[in-house]
Amino acid sequence: MAAPTKRRYPAGSPLAGYLLRRLGTSVLLLLGVTLVTFILTNMVPGDPIAAALGEGASQNPVTVAAYVERHGLDQPLPVQYLTYLTNLVQGDLGTSLTTGRPVTEDLATAIPASFEVAIWSIIVSLCVGTALGTIAAYRRGQVSDQVVRVVSLIGLSVPTFWMALVSFHVFFLQLRIAPGSGRLSPMLTPPPTVTGMYTIDALLDGDLEVFADAAAHLVLPVLVLSLFTIGLLTRFVRTAVLEVLSADYVRAARAKGLSGPRVVFDYVLRGASLPILTIVGVAFGALLSGTVLVEAVFAWPGLGTYAYNSATALDLPGVMGVGLVVGVIYLVINFAVDLLYGVLDPRVRLA
Amino acid sequence: MKPRRLRRAVFARIPRAWLTPLAIIGLVVALAWIVVAFTASSFIPFSPTEQSLPRLQPPGGEALLGTDGLGRDVFSRLMAGAGVTIPLALLLVAVSTLVGVIVGAIAGFFGRWVDEALMRVTDLVMAFPTVILAMVIAASLGPSLFNAVIAGIVVSWPQYARVTRSLVLSLRTQNYVVAGRLLGYSPLRSLLRDILPNIAGPVLVLAALDIGTAILLLSGLSFLGLGAQPPTAEWGSMISEAMRNFDSWWIGVFPGLAILTVVMAFNFLGDSLRDILDPTSQTERESAGVAHAPAQAAGSDR
Repeated sequence: MAAPTKRRYPAGSPLAGYLLRRLGTSVLLLLGVTLVTFILTNMVPGDPIAAALGEGASQNPVTVAAYVERHGLDQPLPVQYLTYLTNLVQGDLGTSLTTGRPVTEDLATAIPASFEVAIWSIIVSLCVGTALGTIAAYRRGQVSDQVVRVVSLIGLSVPTFWMALVSFHVFFLQLRIAPGSGRLSPMLTPPPTVTGMYTIDALLDGDLEVFADAAAHLVLPVLVLSLFTIGLLTRFVRTAVLEVLSADYVRAARAKGLSGPRVVFDYVLRGASLPILTIVGVAFGALLSGTVLVEAVFAWPGLGTYAYNSATALDLPGVMGVGLVVGVIYLVINFAVDLLYGVLDPRVRLA
Repeated sequence: MKPRRLRRAVFARIPRAWLTPLAIIGLVVALAWIVVAFTASSFIPFSPTEQSLPRLQPPGGEALLGTDGLGRDVFSRLMAGAGVTIPLALLLVAVSTLVGVIVGAIAGFFGRWVDEALMRVTDLVMAFPTVILAMVIAASLGPSLFNAVIAGIVVSWPQYARVTRSLVLSLRTQNYVVAGRLLGYSPLRSLLRDILPNIAGPVLVLAALDIGTAILLLSGLSFLGLGAQPPTAEWGSMISEAMRNFDSWWIGVFPGLAILTVVMAFNFLGDSLRDILDPTSQTERESAGVAHAPAQAAGSDR
């Protein structure tokens, strides 16, 4: 993430200063993200108008004139950027060439679907990664450590889109133990929208049948998506735990005769949790990258499938919309991680 | 020299600690794939692009690994695919390393506004998850393998810049570097002769681990239709074609296994290389996920 800017922070608590500095960096990066998508939209080789409107619409002079007018394309570039920002703030990301609907509308339904997979994947990866990493650290140099090392390296090497295809083939088409594609079986109706995440909405609705079905549909995408992050987190947790294991307070805890599990959970993992937290943001980025390649295989109607459909159809507004939204989500996640870090570790605030 | 004595002479020079199973497997598999990549055209039985065979043949017949939906030999395409992805991934990593090291060295050595400006650019790139940014760039440049490589370079140079910068920063104040400057070495000579040779290890480790990432990225972009274009035999696009012939498992399974084995080999190699080249991070202090957590590797930023 960004280096702390060398600005003086307002008087008051160091925590407030830290939060303000972080907020400042994030807002600047947010502008940066929009600048990147703006530049990329305008850098399109050939005719950007044709790329944004599609072959058919760009033949119609009225449509083209309206587009030029709305985006101020006859204005100098800085003005165009301001117009672009204004449109963004009003939620205008253009019209998708594949669905023919405003990109914003498409994304609004896609985000919760992806979020549901991502949240569960982070939870699964954190649990598995922490367990494997801790075991490896405790048994450093032994066979189990080597096995964990190889397993985590394999996790980092699997092409997830292929794994998605293979697991769908094996568990759905061959063994018939996994439900089909999508978020819900066709005969069920989605729960009333509260969060947009089917599992949670179904629970809120008290509909256990829908909950079970939605959860079953989540299993394969979540597991496939978690492979990479499990590899990432395992290696990181191992390092973090090794660091803590040699600390005096852990030796003291052992010396005074605390039970093994007690030392692991209350001392070792608690001490290692801060460095682990820093990698969660990175892991989330990897997950967001993964969804683009995995969701389409499971016909999961999230950001990934949307990106896949837009990319394969060369639908530039759709692709840009996904890029922008994912960039912003990633920024918010990293900001949240930094905040949490600042709250949990007083040393960071003074950095 | 007789082959056996030659072999002994070569092996005698390799420290025992290098010969871990992980390193050997990684080296053998990676080398095998590289050999395939450069010789495939001479031994494949069919043209990788010609639609000359019966369609959707299962493996075991005339076509060793079956044929795809257009009657092309999967084995030939698989082997030819190595020659597409592997050299491009190596190129991608080489260029990113070069660009990253140059930018990082400039930023770390000159400091002040140069450093500030260059590091903000890396921030900008790293504000996106890599595959997403690469996808957006590849889409706006237009779909082609060349553009996919460009997109890959754009998203991966910042990690090298960061690592190089932080290493240069820490070396710049070392006594031997300062002594050189006092002897009248020009900044450029100091940088080239005293500093850069000493950062080669960590950068090489990063690059080795990045080869696998580059292969995954290129095949992933091709899977999205933003890399190799038909009829090029590329592993990612072969898997994407397999989605159209769901029942013919052999079309997709083999290219996936190819990606998995070659990426795994390079990751094994890179990970072993880290144990060897990075004396400060012998297994117990190894910083996990260097390739995927550049901010962590750059360390000094936190």
